Amino acid sequence: MIDIKTNTENGMLELAISGEVDASSSIHLDNALNEALSVHKKILVDLSGLDYISSAGLGVFMSYLQQLEKENIQLVVFGMKEKVFEVFQILGLDQLLTITDTKVAALVKIENA
Amino acid sequence: MLSQKGILRISVILGVLFWSLLLIIDMLTLFSTSNNIAFGLPDYVSKILLSLFVLSLLLFYRFNIGKAESVNFVDMLWRVFVTGLLATIVSLGIEFLFTIFGSNKFATNPLIVNFFYHIILGLVLAFLVSSFIVWKRLILYQKSKSLLSAWQIYEYALMATLAFDLFGSERTDPIFIGVYVVLLIIGLVLSFNLKWIAYLNFKQKWKSILFIVLVIIYLWYFFKTLMFFSERTTLVRDLLESSFSLSLFSFILLYSCISVLVILFNLPTTSVFEKKLEEAVNFQRLSQSIPAGESEEKVYEILLDSAASAVYSDAAWLEIDDEKEGVHITLTHNLDKSKIPEIKKATKSSTFKKILNSDFDRNPKSQKLSAKIKDIQFSSILLYPVSVKNEKIGSLALLKEVDDGFNKEMIDIIDTFVNQASISIENFRLLNEAIKTERYKEELNIATKVQNSLLPDKIEQNTAYNIVAFTRAADEVGGDYYDTYNLDENRTVLIIGDVSGKGTSAAFHMAQMKGVFQSLVQLDLNPKEFMVHANSALSRCLEKTSFITVSYFIIDKESKKVSFARAGHCPTLHYNAEKKETRYFKNKGLGLGILRNSNFHKYVQVNEFGYNAGDIIILYTDGITEACNGQKEQFGYDRLQTSLIKHATSKPESIQEGIINDLYEFCGNKSLGDDYTLLIVKFN
Repeated sequence: MIDIKTNTENGMLELAISGEVDASSSIHLDNALNEALSVHKKILVDLSGLDYISSAGLGVFMSYLQQLEKENIQLVVFGMKEKVFEVFQILGLDQLLTITDTKVAALVKIENA
Repeated sequence: MLSQKGILRISVILGVLFWSLLLIIDMLTLFSTSNNIAFGLPDYVSKILLSLFVLSLLLFYRFNIGKAESVNFVDMLWRVFVTGLLATIVSLGIEFLFTIFGSNKFATNPLIVNFFYHIILGLVLAFLVSSFIVWKRLILYQKSKSLLSAWQIYEYALMATLAFDLFGSERTDPIFIGVYVVLLIIGLVLSFNLKWIAYLNFKQKWKSILFIVLVIIYLWYFFKTLMFFSERTTLVRDLLESSFSLSLFSFILLYSCISVLVILFNLPTTSVFEKKLEEAVNFQRLSQSIPAGESEEKVYEILLDSAASAVYSDAAWLEIDDEKEGVHITLTHNLDKSKIPEIKKATKSSTFKKILNSDFDRNPKSQKLSAKIKDIQFSSILLYPVSVKNEKIGSLALLKEVDDGFNKEMIDIIDTFVNQASISIENFRLLNEAIKTERYKEELNIATKVQNSLLPDKIEQNTAYNIVAFTRAADEVGGDYYDTYNLDENRTVLIIGDVSGKGTSAAFHMAQMKGVFQSLVQLDLNPKEFMVHANSALSRCLEKTSFITVSYFIIDKESKKVSFARAGHCPTLHYNAEKKETRYFKNKGLGLGILRNSNFHKYVQVNEFGYNAGDIIILYTDGITEACNGQKEQFGYDRLQTSLIKHATSKPESIQEGIINDLYEFCGNKSLGDDYTLLIVKFN
């Protein structure tokens, strides 16, 4: 259901998450984020391949918000489909996460920070 | 119909009656002949009486001797033996009398001699008939159709001789000999039906031999006695001249002799048969499922014992090491546990003979091995894996003091035993699991009941609006929540919430949400204050990855205004009756428990709108909008809007029904995979 690819480039980690994130597959997402956050300070999350995210999946993103702030980790999410972005938006997560449309914009955000 | 007891009684009475009449008539005949007086009754009258006497005996024993079962073969033979013994004792007594009074006139008096002869005749016939019936039962044990008809032919033929005897003929008559020979041949053929012998154990075989040999001795003795009488005096009624009794005599003798010989030759193989029987019994014991509450160990014990005895092994052990189930058992048979490592070591260094089979190819771990070992005590070993659900849980080791002690047949037997034991263990575990699952189900039932009581039984109606609610959980318990509260006579609070995730953990958080709502609502807070406090309270008790989305409404019927806040919950759908338009209230908001610090208040936005009669608001959870059809399309916001417009003019109950029907129609089924709730509020 879920497919997670990691790629390190210029000391920056890129996580590409595709497929569907539901209650059972959210565990993989949690593991991937946990691992990424313990090593890297700059993380790009590519959600262009993501078709669906359940509340459990949103809960995973949410659970790292405080760690991002505390450890000054930059995490930028980009490329969300409209349906997926809507879900983030309704919950209000768009206000807490850095979200951009494209990878270029995401890189700019990280560079500038 | 007469009862069995009645028939027995009647046959005894008839038997005694016919015998007495026979005695009286024969005595009278003898008396009249010796005194040269013409006797009125013709000869065949007494012959008929004799036949009737035989028939009474047949009737009696037919009902007196029950069907042959493997347990009572020896008992049946015992009865024949006792009947014979009785007859022998009486005839010996009579013989004794004659010996004492040998020279006396008394002993030569034909009347007296014939009287005693009749007594012996009665007893011998009784013995013959009883043996005949027992032999019949034994021959017909495990009968086939052809055997049954062969036997019937024989019985009819025998009855025919009874009729034949009425006409009387000499022993030397060719017809007499012919009839006798025919019966002898059929009797001989029937005598080879000896299946019952196979079911005797060693001890029973010896007993049977003893009884049957005694029967043969009786026969010889009776024959001798009858001959003695026949030669000594003229007899009115000579049993040896009846083809019936002669045939019966010969048949019983024939079957006795053949039985004795067959039993004798069967003696050496008895132990094999007994072993097979024991194997069958052991197999049955293994296949009986273990009653609940008993341990698996019982099955292992039976397995070890039956396997060890089935292959005559000198020692054996069974080691079960099932990590998954936490079962660790070592059972031994004629072996000290401390010797196992030593034998294992010796086995490792010996040459193996793998027993190749399909199992071996599939699973190299669970190979069956037989080996010669260089142990002090044992010379051959058979190592056998024990598996449950294709997973090896232990091994069975059988040891023998001789070389190459295990042949193919033994390995096959062990195979069946081990397989059956595995099945029993598997069934036992499945049963236990089923019981556990049943208990969980019961617990979940209770949880469902508890949770149902958390949602308002009947939602409170208000003069300002009509409201209906509909909710379904995907599992036994769900995470959707709604409630109402009257702040005062004009103002009512309405809340709808959705806990992230579903199932049991969601249900617990939903209960917490209810607690938070019921406590805070009484403080009469505005929507923003409520959200801030709720977020603060829930931040302390929700799991790290859990959050709750909520919409909170305060409806004031005096000012006809609704103020509300949305904490990450699905945007409320509003219907304007005047303009016949719908729209979603997409004000800013953030789910409760997402931001667990003091900044949360920045993300709460309070909105307000006025309402008119006929306006509708729809509160729902994402289970409705995210419900998918077969093509993975979501029901979505647009379809919800369309559906509402379609039903907007109806009563709230009908609107709800209409929307839910549209939803089910879209999805194609009623289980949406998530909890879903729909609240319709129609303003007056």
